[in-house]
Amino acid sequence: MLDWREDVDAALEEAKRTERPVLLDFTAAPL
Amino acid sequence: MYPDPRVEALIRDNLVPIRIDVRKKPELMERFNAQWTPTILLLGLDGREHHRIEGFLETGDFLAQLVLGLGQVARAGGKWDDAIARYAEVLENHPDTDAAPAGQYWRGVARYKKSGDPAELGATTQAFRERYADSPWAKKASIWG
Repeated sequence: MLDWREDVDAALEEAKRTERPVLLDFTAAPL
Repeated sequence: MYPDPRVEALIRDNLVPIRIDVRKKPELMERFNAQWTPTILLLGLDGREHHRIEGFLETGDFLAQLVLGLGQVARAGGKWDDAIARYAEVLENHPDTDAAPAGQYWRGVARYKKSGDPAELGATTQAFRERYADSPWAKKASIWG
């Protein structure tokens, strides 16, 4: 199972810190 | 798509994944100019969008688009070798997807950016004569050779 983040700005900070790009998935399907 | 172990591994090892329920946070669709679901964006470390996937894709096509997107992020950051390797990965592992001719095009661009040698662009035009000649990317590359 993937560890999906929900806070965009926190994830962007994590991306900088870990030097990994962000995958941002917009969905209307039930999570 | 995500339950596929290849997709999961690629994301887990290379990306920070965020999932937005647009019914709960519609304001984020406007912030990132998302018009439809599913829409998947690959953002660089600067938060800028470098690749966009709109609509459903089968697993193989989705994997290829993710790898292509990693190449686009690397290229935007001037990491030419990383970008070239990602594009090569698309061509080698996903040759029958829509991402493959795009990867061939952008591999030529990255090779040129790395070397400064226009012959890389000409070689890309030649490559399109041999493979993916009917793709829109072949037309885009036709001016180079």
